[in-house]
Amino acid sequence: MAAITIEKIEKSFGATPVLRDVSLKIADGEFLTLLGPSGCGKSTLLRILAGLEVQTGGSVAIGERVVDGVRPNWRDVAMVFQSYALYPHMTVQENMAVPLRMRRLSAWQRLPLVGRFRPGTKAVAAEIETEVMRTAKALGIGHLLARKPGQLSGGQRQRVAVGRAMVRQPAVFLMDEPLSNLDAKLRVQMRAEIKELHDRLGVTFVYVTHDQSEAMTMSDRVAVMLDGELLQVAAPQEIYANPDDLRVAEFIGSPKINKLQARVRDGGLAETAGTSFTIPADIALGTDVALGIRPEAFHLVEAGGHNILTGAVRLVEHMGSDLYVHLDVPGTHHPVIARLLAERAPQITFGRTLHLGVKPERLLLFAGDGRRLRPHDHKSASLVKMKERVQ
Amino acid sequence: MRAQRLAPPSAIVRHAVLLISGALILIPFVWMVSLSIKSPGEIFRASFSFWPEQFYGIENYTEALTSSPLPRYMLNGVVVCAAILALQIVICAPAAYALAKLDFPGRNLLFALVLIALLLPHEMLALPLFILGAKLGILNSYAGLVFPYVVSPLGIFLFRQFFKTIPDDVVHAARLDGFSELGIVSRIMVPMALPAIIAFGIFSVVSHWNSLFWPLIAVRDQNLMPPPLGIMVFKNEEAGNDYGPLMAASTLVVLPLIIAFLSAQRWFVEGLTGGAVK
Amino acid sequence: MRSASSATAEAITSPADRGASQKALRRHQIAEMLAAWSLAGPALLLLIVLFFLPVFAVIAVALTDWQFGASSFTFVGLANFRELLADEVFRASFVNSILYVVIVVPGTIVLGLAIALLIESGKSFRAFYRAIHFLPFMATLTATAIAWEALLHPTIGLVNQTFVSLGLPTANWLRDENTVLPVLAIIGVWQNLGYAMVLFLAGMKSIPQDLYDAADIDGADAFLDRLRTVTLPMLGPVTMFIFIVVALKAFETFDTVQILTQGGPGHASEMLLYTLYRESFQYLRTGYGASVAVVFLFIVVALTLIQARVMDKKVHYQ
Repeated sequence: MAAITIEKIEKSFGATPVLRDVSLKIADGEFLTLLGPSGCGKSTLLRILAGLEVQTGGSVAIGERVVDGVRPNWRDVAMVFQSYALYPHMTVQENMAVPLRMRRLSAWQRLPLVGRFRPGTKAVAAEIETEVMRTAKALGIGHLLARKPGQLSGGQRQRVAVGRAMVRQPAVFLMDEPLSNLDAKLRVQMRAEIKELHDRLGVTFVYVTHDQSEAMTMSDRVAVMLDGELLQVAAPQEIYANPDDLRVAEFIGSPKINKLQARVRDGGLAETAGTSFTIPADIALGTDVALGIRPEAFHLVEAGGHNILTGAVRLVEHMGSDLYVHLDVPGTHHPVIARLLAERAPQITFGRTLHLGVKPERLLLFAGDGRRLRPHDHKSASLVKMKERVQ
Repeated sequence: MRAQRLAPPSAIVRHAVLLISGALILIPFVWMVSLSIKSPGEIFRASFSFWPEQFYGIENYTEALTSSPLPRYMLNGVVVCAAILALQIVICAPAAYALAKLDFPGRNLLFALVLIALLLPHEMLALPLFILGAKLGILNSYAGLVFPYVVSPLGIFLFRQFFKTIPDDVVHAARLDGFSELGIVSRIMVPMALPAIIAFGIFSVVSHWNSLFWPLIAVRDQNLMPPPLGIMVFKNEEAGNDYGPLMAASTLVVLPLIIAFLSAQRWFVEGLTGGAVK
Repeated sequence: MRSASSATAEAITSPADRGASQKALRRHQIAEMLAAWSLAGPALLLLIVLFFLPVFAVIAVALTDWQFGASSFTFVGLANFRELLADEVFRASFVNSILYVVIVVPGTIVLGLAIALLIESGKSFRAFYRAIHFLPFMATLTATAIAWEALLHPTIGLVNQTFVSLGLPTANWLRDENTVLPVLAIIGVWQNLGYAMVLFLAGMKSIPQDLYDAADIDGADAFLDRLRTVTLPMLGPVTMFIFIVVALKAFETFDTVQILTQGGPGHASEMLLYTLYRESFQYLRTGYGASVAVVFLFIVVALTLIQARVMDKKVHYQ
């Protein structure tokens, strides 16, 4: 059982910085996901937690203990690798026994042949075997113990890798894209199993993925990373509905959030694409802002006007229950995408002009540098400061 | 072992051990060069020093180049190696292309024959090849030195592996452009497979430049001898007593390959071990 | 869509047309076959003449008493092999070859592996060390053997000089029947360890870094534990390969024997290929020489079969 404190971690490979000033507290028993596109530094951060990589600056504590310079083996962490990293020459049983043998048997006792006759070896070996058996049964791989990894399917290998991590009962589980080598169907199934495993074991999980659906479905909290920076750490629904940064808003959600460049006009209005939207009144006149509108925030209205986008249908994608409608809106560079109920389909044909309304509270407002400008009253104090800085 | 971070003391041990083992490996080469620049008197006085008291290199190398037809040996080596390699490419590349890209009855059988031939030690077949050479009347000639090696199972195998990695579409496009099948091999496949050809070429040249066994059987005429056989004869004539010129001759024989090796190390390593990893 | 169009295509294709298109297909196949055989023909012909017929010829000749140049011969069955078994020179040659292989193969593998591990354990001077240790493998053995002879010379050789100055016993290494074979074996190891080293280095490069990471996490993080848990098992296939290739090369040792010892003193350094050479081409006992070649062939085939078996079952971990 352990909380993790990551403080001001920096990491560069040569002159290339991969992690910049990353600080994060992970609660004991939490399921935290590091989410970001490939190359954002999330795997490097995980490897620093594991002790496989040494940070350039900053510090990591697991539980009460600062573990900088502590070897991976002594950090009380287990890791599941993307490639599973099973030892191909060992059976499943031997693979799962490795961490226990390394811990509980002395170097002498681990010697081939000779080791068996050292005092105590037998008892410990029997104990290890029982524990491996118990874990294997819990994961439903008890019947595979005598096989070698080469004879297993992808899903089975995945389970063995989890078993090897589980058997030593670590305080922290680290998982590096563990599902990315599985096919789509199996991935959904294993997603649920890993979540269940977390609930059952109740220990801290740190999970790395580039797949937002994994992050959203499994995590207590998601930490979104981009270009070596931690952009936001929050619960999945919060990350989606209330992003701190335009880049977070753009990374999460499919189809992507619509981004409209706007300029603040008098009277709490932002002008864009031939229309205007209601925004909190306390933003300075003439400021350039970005409006973020989720595709499902649109609803069809009869005529154009305030808080309404008007454009011609360019493409309709049928997704079953929903429609993704691509709209050419004059004054925007990219088509606006709206997600509408499928029953609207007869009304929506190529070239037809549509009017899409947005409720002001569903509008996400971002400053020119991508930071979120929050409309809530209790934040207005900080907004005023922000305004001053913008001016 | 990658990513094994060595502490400074272990790094020093690593360099120390490798330098010592490297020095031991190099001793025969160093001694060869050392003796080749010493006078007979100094050689027989037996000292540890690498550098001679009196530089006798010019005399020894002149002796090596004049008292034996060493330049002729080297020329023979070049001619034989070039002829073997050229014929190997001309004969193996089309066959490898057929195996890699054409569909025809008997293809699997042909490939099986190549694999079996790959395993046969050529020396074991020296006797029938000698008889064949004698019947054809080509022993004691360049042709006699070359003919056993004109087809190389390893060459066919390596080229086939490489050709298989070239997309079929390239072949189809070439056919649409009006190339004949032989044209596809010589104008498209061989140029594209240049890395494999170079690697195999190095393997072929090194093996035949160094080969003693077959030349010993196949030629008697000194004017046809390749370098290894030549220095063997030189050694026997000198009765092993005149080390200076003998070492000079040995140095000259080893030198071309070592210079080539040091300037294209990666290619050599690939060529001489490449058949293994594939 | 597709089924509809093919249906129309069929409808407008008369039986005669279909016959024509089948003929065209057939013609295309024949053309491809002719092209293939004309491309592969020379190679096939030469493979048969230079590899396969000689194998049958050597077996056939081994069953006769033919002497090279003689106009007649008789079929003698297995007489040559019986003579071989009774021949002390051949027995010595056979035993020496095996002893030589038994020294050279483990020596080459252990030293090659050790040097590869050392080179790979650091980053600096890798290419330099690799080049040095690889040098003997590509240098002309005839020439380097002459250098070895000078080194091993009883009075003026560097080896004996060094041994004397260190107070160690000296010997006439190449003329003493107790030392000659081990000394040749050392030269064999010297020549081949670079080859093993390079293959081991390639093998180590192909071990996934993830396995070392997993070993670190599992607690196998000391040098020896990593070696035992990851490196050595993962080098299994390449080790097997090196074993076979070096064993075959060692059985075919000829240059050092020919240059340095001529099989002597006595028959203490007589080895298979040298015996084959002498019987066939110096004594011109062709039938007898051929039977040595057959024994040789037998060894090679056996080693190759072992390789195929072990590689498939044990070492590839499938």
